[in-house]
Amino acid sequence: MARLLILGAGIAGHTAALHARRKLGENHEVVVVSPNSRWNWIPSNIWVGVGVMTPEQVTFPLAPVYEKTGVIFRQARAVSLHPDGSEGVSRPYVMVESTEPGKAGARERLEYDYLINATGPRLHFDATEGLGPEKNSLSVCTAGHAAQAAVGLDEAVARMQRGERQTLLIGTGHGTCTCQGAAFEYLFNVEFELRRRGVRDKARLVWISNEHELGDFGMGGMFIRRGGYITHSRVFTESLYTERGVEWITQAAVKKVDRGEIHYETLDGRQESIRSDFTMLLPPFSGVGLKAFDREGVEITESLFAPSNFMYVDGDYTKKPYEEWSPSDWPETYRSPRYDNIYAVGIAFAPPHPISRPMFIPSGTPIYPTPPRTGMPSGVMAREVAFNIVDKMEGREGKTRTASMAKMGAACIASAGASLMRGTAVSMTVYPIIPDFQKYPDTGRDIHYTSGEIGLAGHWIKHLLHFAFMYKAKARPLWTAIPE
Amino acid sequence: MSTVRKPFEQSYYPPVPTPLTKALRTNWVWQFLRFLVINVRMLRMVRMH
Repeated sequence: MARLLILGAGIAGHTAALHARRKLGENHEVVVVSPNSRWNWIPSNIWVGVGVMTPEQVTFPLAPVYEKTGVIFRQARAVSLHPDGSEGVSRPYVMVESTEPGKAGARERLEYDYLINATGPRLHFDATEGLGPEKNSLSVCTAGHAAQAAVGLDEAVARMQRGERQTLLIGTGHGTCTCQGAAFEYLFNVEFELRRRGVRDKARLVWISNEHELGDFGMGGMFIRRGGYITHSRVFTESLYTERGVEWITQAAVKKVDRGEIHYETLDGRQESIRSDFTMLLPPFSGVGLKAFDREGVEITESLFAPSNFMYVDGDYTKKPYEEWSPSDWPETYRSPRYDNIYAVGIAFAPPHPISRPMFIPSGTPIYPTPPRTGMPSGVMAREVAFNIVDKMEGREGKTRTASMAKMGAACIASAGASLMRGTAVSMTVYPIIPDFQKYPDTGRDIHYTSGEIGLAGHWIKHLLHFAFMYKAKARPLWTAIPE
Repeated sequence: MSTVRKPFEQSYYPPVPTPLTKALRTNWVWQFLRFLVINVRMLRMVRMH
């Protein structure tokens, strides 16, 4: 009997667990460790943040699903990784600490034959002074944060209904944030909601971001065919902001969030401030901070994890200038170069470098997005890694499956207003995710497969995807027919 | 530049949609057709891996 241990039950970890369990014989074990008791369809959190959905509609308890599918579940957080075992313990293991009510703090040693690190990010609010829902700004990163943001929005709307003018600032709360898409969705859902509640004329909406230009989304933007031209997503995005009357600040690193005032530094070195009555700023992400130790108890974290605490996999991490970046730098199998039974997928793997061009203030402060690796690509890499591990556990000598983001396309639906009759969403497809300027010298991507348009159809699709992915994650009949 | 730019400042002119373009974005018949087209595009992405 062999055991696959999966750290994390987000989109990547849960996908890997369900696929591995259905493929593996009953003589093998799949164990999932997650500090959360509920699964969260994170793309719908933005609708919780404007009050059109509740946290219960975007989450469900994990334990019944794992009980049904035969996955062993531990509600706990990983504390330390021991890939060589330790004195008196010959097998590799992970030390976990329970987060289950009544057992909180109890430690357990979970041995493994194969390990998938799918812990997702640590929401690094501490990187910016005053940032975060426990301090001076709101977030939509979790369903709970989003519910808190909805309350804040209700209060701002009430003030506007009393005739007060309000400034609403939405965007990224640090110079190295990722997931601009989620903040973008929240911005336009707030704008739509203000119109629906009849107070749009009382609101000044401002976007603040570490992107070099609008439409970057951490992917260096993209080129699409539009109205007989090949045009950059910057044009498309600026058009939407202009149409909806949203001001924007780009090339900005938020340095400090005071109650009602946000301080930021710009790429040209200026120190600026803006007053805000409602502030939703996403935090930067880092790895969860798992420590690793060798058999003798000597810390080996640096050989397994990048300084950002994301795990090294089979990418090329050689430091090189932007001009020398290559699609082949990106990992294909997501296997640790040091241990061939350890993998990292989703946000947990260390990207070899950004996708957007790195920019620095003369003082050295970085202002550029880190690469997005959530949603569809995250699910695909988790599935492929799970299948490779299943082959190894079953003793099959199959061809190794790969899921390089440089050879993978992605579809993304970004909501811009939730209503089945009047809502809109931006529907985007990109291929490949990582631009390849050798193969596509002018655009970096295949223009036939890269597209973007806004309309009600996008909202219908996003709404359907919400129910489809909740259904799939619950492992209901024919769940495998729904693609990642 | 990294300043707050208001729509239609003299220094910058992003394109804005015409009333017809905006109307088509929420026109049920047109959007049903776009729904089919976008789904085909997304399925092509899915089939690539």
